[in-house]
Amino acid sequence: MAEAQNIPVGSTTAGQIAVAAESTVATRMSAPPSFDVADFPVPHGREEEWRFTPLERLRGLHDGTATATGEGVKVDVQAPEGVTVETVGRDDARLGRAGAPVDRIAAQAYSAFEKASVVTVPKETVLAEPVRIAVHGQGGTAYGHQVIELGAFAEAVVVIDHTGDAVLAANVDYLLGDGAKLTVVSVQDWDDKSVHVAQHNARIGRDASFKSVVVTFGGDLVRLHPRVTYAGPGGEAELIGLYFTDSGQHQEHRLFVDHNTPHCKSNVVYKGALQGEDAHAVWIGDVLIEAKAEGTDTYEMNRNLVLTDGARVDSVPNLEIETGEIVGAGHASATGRFDDEQLFYLMARGIPEQDARRLVVRGFFAELVQQIGVADIEARLIEKIEAELEATV
Amino acid sequence: MATLEIRDLHVTVEADNATKEILKGVDLTVKQGETHAIMGPNGSGKSTLAYSLAGHPKYTITSGTVLLDGEDVLEMSVDERARAGLFLAMQYPVEVPGVSVSNFLRTSATAIRGEAPKLRTWVKEVKETMERLHMDPSFAERNVNEGFSGGEKKRHEILQLELLKPKIAILDETDSGLDVDALRIVSEGVNRVRETGQVGTLLITHYTRILRYIKPDHVHVFAGGRIVESGGPELADKLENEGYEAYTKGGASE
Repeated sequence: MAEAQNIPVGSTTAGQIAVAAESTVATRMSAPPSFDVADFPVPHGREEEWRFTPLERLRGLHDGTATATGEGVKVDVQAPEGVTVETVGRDDARLGRAGAPVDRIAAQAYSAFEKASVVTVPKETVLAEPVRIAVHGQGGTAYGHQVIELGAFAEAVVVIDHTGDAVLAANVDYLLGDGAKLTVVSVQDWDDKSVHVAQHNARIGRDASFKSVVVTFGGDLVRLHPRVTYAGPGGEAELIGLYFTDSGQHQEHRLFVDHNTPHCKSNVVYKGALQGEDAHAVWIGDVLIEAKAEGTDTYEMNRNLVLTDGARVDSVPNLEIETGEIVGAGHASATGRFDDEQLFYLMARGIPEQDARRLVVRGFFAELVQQIGVADIEARLIEKIEAELEATV
Repeated sequence: MATLEIRDLHVTVEADNATKEILKGVDLTVKQGETHAIMGPNGSGKSTLAYSLAGHPKYTITSGTVLLDGEDVLEMSVDERARAGLFLAMQYPVEVPGVSVSNFLRTSATAIRGEAPKLRTWVKEVKETMERLHMDPSFAERNVNEGFSGGEKKRHEILQLELLKPKIAILDETDSGLDVDALRIVSEGVNRVRETGQVGTLLITHYTRILRYIKPDHVHVFAGGRIVESGGPELADKLENEGYEAYTKGGASE
């Protein structure tokens, strides 16, 4: 089911479907999940989970040398009526229930944060307006923790907007009660120098549906790790991602869907465009179907569009199946390039060069943009794509 | 009346770290309403002529002139040439991922016509033209040339020709790889455009087969990077019977 086509120079696409008695997704991590940073060795760069990440650009988040500064990052939560917003201390029992840190930086964030924000949507509450969480970097270093919890049959859209200049490591927990519906849009619109490493843990209740939209444009280094587990049968996860990786940027999206419960669904679609020297995008898509997860239906896909020379893509889908009693499982990864021949073809039909590029990139992202479902984010996204294209080619 | 004038055109290409001259002095005048067939053996430079006229960056013009209604075509960028009225139907149209045929056609028509075509009439125009080319309506939603069969690619090229209504159409081996049915459908499309009398057609082909459907006014034999003989339709008959041997042996070609 794996497909790979039009692989340009400087990209890798590797995929595998493994049928195994024991999960290698778990065992190829350097250490078992833990809330304590001391349980993880300092990475040296050759570990499976770190081999694509330029450690020297992590500003010390990985080796304990990054110290939080007072007003590093400002978090502002705007929520419609009916939503509870709290700032809590480290000992609050509601933290960390969606999943434990799986790597050194996530554990560092969990070991170092001082205040967490907890957003609670009570059961059966359906929000008409999104909850908006503005995370704004003010030039400092910070460790963060956020919890978004939806009670049974609650419905909410949450937009987490990252802007400014920061070095930030964080964990975000999404807890969905039975039958709850949560859409989370995480926008990484950082200034050029920012470093952002985060683990997202979603725990999806019985018959609940979770939609994660990750939009990454900015930053020097962004490494996000959205993870999904199911707390009961009938859960659905839709993970959508868009990234536009510019010259010099490292944008890494590592996904893990753990089908640990029967009759759940997951669908992962990430698309990225790259342009410029040393633009580097990494996509790791791990899906594990555990032996007990009969009736699983999963598909994951990554598409990359390389607009110029000098950019690099590493795309690694990995599907691990421990039971054959499933509805469907598949993955696909393809990296194509917008090359001189395509440009010539479009221009030979009268279309100016800049318009030709815009046409291709817009078309590439269009189907995903339409799925976001938050109008102002869609509009901003299209604006951003335009601006990126105008900037430098 | 639109006229394309090619004078003493010399073109080189870089290959294996060497510069190779492919076109060695091409002279040709194509007027609106006329159809010229350029026939020649493989490697004679026919396609180089087509791509050089369209402005492909791979080819370097070392001397000569190309004028369209007195305007210097060689000074224009690829898109400017298209907007000036040159159209190249390509032998190997490329796939453009992420761009649907309908979006592509509309963007192109907007660029060529200088304004966006009115949506209602445009949809009708596209639909009818596609029907005449025996193209399924679902075609419009597919990505440009992605997964198209050889015949579909050529029909898509002719669809563009019909919609963009150029002054000069260069058809680069549009007949290659087509079965008889597809060849007939494609030829009918070309003939519809020719019948308007508004287009000058430069039909580049290796085979005489397409000339049964598209009747040229002039036939030129291309060999060794230049036109070595010109005549009327009877020249095609001669080629049909005798092949290119006479032109390739005498040192005209390399």
